[in-house]
Amino acid sequence: MVLRGKAWKFGDDISTDLITPGRYYHLRSRLPELAKHAMEDADSAFASKVVKGDFIVAGKNFGLGSSREHAALVIKLAGVSAVVAKSFARIFYRNAINIGLPVIVCDTDKISEGDILEADLEREVLRDVTKNVEMSFPPLPRLMRSILEEGGLVPYIKKHGDLKLI
Amino acid sequence: MARGKTIVEKILGEHASKEVSANDFVVADVDVCFAHDGTGPLAIRQLQSLGMEKVARPERTIMFMDHASPSPRKELSNAHLLMRSFAKKTGIQLSDVGCGVCHQIIAESHANPGDIVVGADSHTCTAGALGAFATGVGSTDMAIVMALGKTWFLVPETFRIRVEGRIPRMVFAKDIMLFLIGQIGADGATYKSLEFSGDSISGMDVAGRMTLANMAVEAGAKCGLFSSDEKTESYLKEHGREEAFREVYPDEDARYERLIGIDVSGLSPMVACPDAVDNVKTVDEVEGTRIDQVYIGTCTNGRIEDLRVAAKILEGEKRHTDTRLIVIPASTETYLRALREALIETFIEAGAVVMAPSCGPCVGVHQGVLGNSEVCLSTQNRNFRGRMGNPEGLIYLASPATAAATAIMGEIADPREV
Repeated sequence: MVLRGKAWKFGDDISTDLITPGRYYHLRSRLPELAKHAMEDADSAFASKVVKGDFIVAGKNFGLGSSREHAALVIKLAGVSAVVAKSFARIFYRNAINIGLPVIVCDTDKISEGDILEADLEREVLRDVTKNVEMSFPPLPRLMRSILEEGGLVPYIKKHGDLKLI
Repeated sequence: MARGKTIVEKILGEHASKEVSANDFVVADVDVCFAHDGTGPLAIRQLQSLGMEKVARPERTIMFMDHASPSPRKELSNAHLLMRSFAKKTGIQLSDVGCGVCHQIIAESHANPGDIVVGADSHTCTAGALGAFATGVGSTDMAIVMALGKTWFLVPETFRIRVEGRIPRMVFAKDIMLFLIGQIGADGATYKSLEFSGDSISGMDVAGRMTLANMAVEAGAKCGLFSSDEKTESYLKEHGREEAFREVYPDEDARYERLIGIDVSGLSPMVACPDAVDNVKTVDEVEGTRIDQVYIGTCTNGRIEDLRVAAKILEGEKRHTDTRLIVIPASTETYLRALREALIETFIEAGAVVMAPSCGPCVGVHQGVLGNSEVCLSTQNRNFRGRMGNPEGLIYLASPATAAATAIMGEIADPREV
């Protein structure tokens, strides 16, 4: 699968509180409403600017903090096709895969806001079309890859009925 | 050649019924699992979308109402209704409004040495204090754990944290952990297991160990682990389950990715400054910073040991006129003990608002949301922008002693000088 969209740049340590603030706790049962506030405390206009297919491009330790899966969900529901970061916090990373949001680890310094990106998840290559630069990224562990390919953990379990390491 | 195992390798291996080492993938049985009112409703809906409404181990599956408790809004009341009806249908355990913060109750009543504990909350690592492998996951993972009674793990590498030296007066586990996080950074231990040892740890009660384990995730760690010992045994005995004690310890020739030594004998009270847990300074560097609200409580520092320290400082004193003081015991048990020890009286006489056990204002939902440009000093574990319900508010993190001293002075104060 090749994803294509524009880059929205963020810095280091984007916490789950910035991605989906606690003051919208009551909207967790209405995800489309909650998604209107995606990334609000990092960039208050993000949800209105982002276009389906776009990428979030961040520095290190993206998604640190709370285990709220709603953080990954609002990003996906806002239309983001993948999050690219230098590194991810553990729980966010796992949550993203579990809901079918691709997460890509690579050096993001060379990518500028507005650059057009293409991610080839099978070949593990991220291309900055604007700058004509290609970067490879590390493959997901096999189990995570199959969870992502099924579109998340729920469809994975629906299909396989169990967790299969091999 | 086989080598010795770290605690996490031993526990995960036992639950996967095979020998495992760091970087292996395993599917392991889960002993205790739980979610709360922020993460439980989504876990329930995910389970329902699988067409499942059966829980593998209902007697060791718990839903907590602690993050928005009692509910401040109808949407959250409805989330509570969903959790209650799910509990009725499946026979799982319910910890309803007023019972307290999930991590405190997991330690008091559920987690045992050698267990695997999985919770839909990042501070699930708190139960590592009892020698359990305890880690946080999201709602979908929790749905699968509830349904299948197991999940997959990548066995983490381990950092051994040796804490040595006599802990100075008015310095506590919180100060040690803030110091450590300041040293290694908020992503310094991402995906690692932190294994604490050393003479300061042997002498530390389970309450202090819980504070250290609780904040392991603030350095990015997957878990914070302790060997079990006589302190663990007496904690379990105190909570009516001494039969659950078993020895948990690393092998002498276990392999560690990194060894970190901390000498605490010269440590000062520490403060994490806005907006990052690793933005750590000594108390004298920030002394005098004006504070509008002090919060003593949470899964990090809402235990009876914490309340005793705070009450001792607040005894016969009044909070500063311009500084609100909120005190929330972490559980019913803690609340009752604080009442019987007349600590609650001390807090109220000092001008505190004492509220029923819950997460309180830590999550930014209710019970002390900050106003624009207000500054809070809290005993909680996170100070990210917006954490307490307002991105215009600022949050400092410190020990209950520093918090109590600060409430009296109306500005960040050194508890050694009050």
